[in-house]
Amino acid sequence: MISNYYFLNVIRFTLLVLVQVLIFNRLNFFGFINPMVYILFLYWYPIKENRAAFIGLGFLLGLAIDFFSDTMAIHAASTITIAYIRPAIMRFVFGVNFEFQSFKLSNTTQVQQITFLTLLIIVHHLVFFMLEIFSLANFLLVLKKVLATGAATLILCLLFGSLFSVRKD
Amino acid sequence: MQQIINFIIRYKNFLLYIFLMIISLGFTIQSHSYHQSRFFNSSNWITGNILDTSNDVSTYFGLDQENQKLIDENKRLRNLLFNNNLGDSITLDSVQRTYTITTGKVIKNSFAHPRNYITIDQGERDSVKPDMGVITSKGILGIVENTSKNFATVQSILNEKSNINAKIKNTDHFGSLIWDMKRFDVVQLVDIPRLVPLTIGDTIVTGGMSSIFPEGIPIGTIRKFDLNTSKSFYSIDITLFNDMTNIKNVYIVNNAFREEILELQNETQTDDK
Repeated sequence: MISNYYFLNVIRFTLLVLVQVLIFNRLNFFGFINPMVYILFLYWYPIKENRAAFIGLGFLLGLAIDFFSDTMAIHAASTITIAYIRPAIMRFVFGVNFEFQSFKLSNTTQVQQITFLTLLIIVHHLVFFMLEIFSLANFLLVLKKVLATGAATLILCLLFGSLFSVRKD
Repeated sequence: MQQIINFIIRYKNFLLYIFLMIISLGFTIQSHSYHQSRFFNSSNWITGNILDTSNDVSTYFGLDQENQKLIDENKRLRNLLFNNNLGDSITLDSVQRTYTITTGKVIKNSFAHPRNYITIDQGERDSVKPDMGVITSKGILGIVENTSKNFATVQSILNEKSNINAKIKNTDHFGSLIWDMKRFDVVQLVDIPRLVPLTIGDTIVTGGMSSIFPEGIPIGTIRKFDLNTSKSFYSIDITLFNDMTNIKNVYIVNNAFREEILELQNETQTDDK
């Protein structure tokens, strides 16, 4: 069971990196929208796991994407940020009961899941585009990119989520 | 002592986060003022090979278009050749050549970011070195920034750090070519003085001031121009000849005298001090 768990996460990690860099980085919808579906890894990652390991994994995931897209360490900075504040977001969305042993993401309501995902995406994209553009003079450009890319990411993540959702057992 | 250890254990996640954040920010900010990092780029072995494999597959979908582009270029070159009465072939003495050309293929293109880098499938093994110019059949593309054994990354002209010497065709008025990060088909030419007569549609080519590109490589045409706030220089928008979203075959230009030029310029500068 445990090795199965690790195996699943390794496969997920590799597939999401490849799908991101080979397909979604080249999408350029409307000339600038490249959805970042690899956020799903951080959304799906088990809740009970060690937080330090989770942040470390987030760093590796971001760095892997950075290597392919020549973006220095911007993806890494944004993924560790959402990895670090994920428990806070979960407490906000699901209330205190996410700390119980029996808590499962698949047992929560659809609205809660979407809110959780949206918050992750917004925080991630804000950090990402602020670092990428790196000037307050272009704040409107940052906002435009966050909203447009965020919407595309959310739609694609929801589609992927319903395609490969964890079975209810 | 006990308390310090307790503190570290209590806040270990936060400390880890801060530590990793500093590393990432360090890499990112360093690249704002200096060159792209030597290691954090897509020309390394793993990423290069993965991108290359995926490119091998996707190349097939654009073969017709690419062939057409190459035929068009051959047609243009033949036209030049025949109308200059040079016969069918020109003999070139390798000692006299200033510029040598290598061909390459784009395996990763990007144009949606403020800093775009293109990865090509030629590297040190094909004697591609940093600071060589990269052009396509239609016009200028960028400058080689990093190389590995088999791959190289190119700083595209669509990069906020890009700064290339350019001039108005058939004149000697030159300026700097920069990009305002807004549109991938429009770049900006600055530092052209206001006394220069301009018309919309004028052609912009590379200038002779750079030791990277040969003089006269096409860049684009003037789309619109305004005087800047100080009213002494124009800021000009240029529509690129190249479709930056659709690039496959590129030429890498090596200037044999570049090192000599740089050495001379450095000497002159140190003499001044």
